[in-house]
Amino acid sequence: MSKVLVVTSGKGGVGKTTSTAAIGAALAQSGEKVVVVDFDVGLRNLDLVMGAERRVVFDLINVIQGDAKLHQALIRDKRIETLSILPASQTRDKDALTTDGVAKVIAELREKFDWVICDSPAGIERGPAMAMHHADIAIVVTNPEVSSVRDSDRIIGLLDSKTERAMRGERVEKHLLITRYDPARAARGDMLKVEDVLDILSIPLLGIIPESQEVLKASNIGVPVTLNNPETAPARAYQDAVRRLRGETVPMSIPQERRSFVERLFGRRVA
Amino acid sequence: MAFVITPEAPLAAWLDALRAQSTKAPGFFAGRPVIVDCAMLKPDSEGVATLLTDLEAIGLGVIDVENAADIPGADPWKRPLTGGRQTGLVEIKPREAPKPGVATSAPAGGAPGLIVEDNVRSGQSIVFPQGDVTILGSVSSGAEVLAGGSIHIYGALRGRALAGAQGFAKARIFCRKLEAELVSIDGFYQTAEDMDAALRGGAAHIWLESGRIMISAQR
Repeated sequence: MSKVLVVTSGKGGVGKTTSTAAIGAALAQSGEKVVVVDFDVGLRNLDLVMGAERRVVFDLINVIQGDAKLHQALIRDKRIETLSILPASQTRDKDALTTDGVAKVIAELREKFDWVICDSPAGIERGPAMAMHHADIAIVVTNPEVSSVRDSDRIIGLLDSKTERAMRGERVEKHLLITRYDPARAARGDMLKVEDVLDILSIPLLGIIPESQEVLKASNIGVPVTLNNPETAPARAYQDAVRRLRGETVPMSIPQERRSFVERLFGRRVA
Repeated sequence: MAFVITPEAPLAAWLDALRAQSTKAPGFFAGRPVIVDCAMLKPDSEGVATLLTDLEAIGLGVIDVENAADIPGADPWKRPLTGGRQTGLVEIKPREAPKPGVATSAPAGGAPGLIVEDNVRSGQSIVFPQGDVTILGSVSSGAEVLAGGSIHIYGALRGRALAGAQGFAKARIFCRKLEAELVSIDGFYQTAEDMDAALRGGAAHIWLESGRIMISAQR
């Protein structure tokens, strides 16, 4: 049974595309057939983060408008055989996403893949609405700060009212992914606490991804962070999240600030 | 507070405008005493004979007619105070929550309450002018609940709650955790800025007393 998963947030810059790439790659590595679909028509990024930008010929809009067949637009990942990407169009805008067209593409993807992961654009307009419309599962990406949390709350409301499942009276399964969690700032109280975010959003926690240079590095060279350096803290956190997504029980740990003994000894006074 | 209205000729057009106003803001005249000032009317103006019944049909509770010596059917201060709510003696106890057991439901007798089983998320609004609203979850920052009667929130109130929105001053708001952006009863409101910081984060009971929003902590 294939699943349609939307990665969404409301707010921009919280890590939707990075998370889509990391989770897509980790899922595919476990042997599942995965496609990541970029819904950010006009501002496509997923191809860059996935390192597929030089192989884009056709895109989602071409398929929706019948200018290309789906298999022509799908790009097979060079590193993982079971991973594909369907890029967005950079030259069009979100109005090109027709309801019927998106429904047809998603139905076709459902037949070919185990997981259809839709990378939602920011906002609450047509783009995000189309990206979430067919979702069975939603990953709500949130940074531990008030504006991001409120926007996520808005998105959860839309997931519960505007999606196909909601209209059928069913529920979209929702998971919270906290990204850019900075243990040092959390320790200083400069960030919302994990329990506060959970209290406000009250959906189950899928994972906490620590803020890390590794994420930026991986994005810049076009490799999902879970493939680039699987031993780093963010890569491990994404892998754990994927295992939870597949139904495994993995203990949750809140990233802690790691400091050496000497740093701990002098850290506070020197600073 | 009573409204004084001054009908003008032609009365048909004036009544139409009033009807439109009343449809736009259904609670505007609800339960408010209205005084009709007939200074602008002549006894023989068209429609004067039916003016009072027309006003009542729109839903205005006319208690008096002024400057109407020549207008038929208008006996000053002879009209009964109908449609008023039973209030009884007003008990004033400053800085103390009203006793339990006092009616807090909307005046419309037997009006059904609305129960919302989920959280009210940011950007959503629950509007229920007919009566009380009960929310089993939380009301998020940026969400809004508007009730004709009282509002009961079993989770946290982080957004806005507007009770007694149709002019019902006895409406109240209850919540398990007060982190509201704004609370309002019968049009009187208080923003987070003006709330006592000591009350924030705890269970709260909010009511209106002589035009002031009162908040007390609940155990």
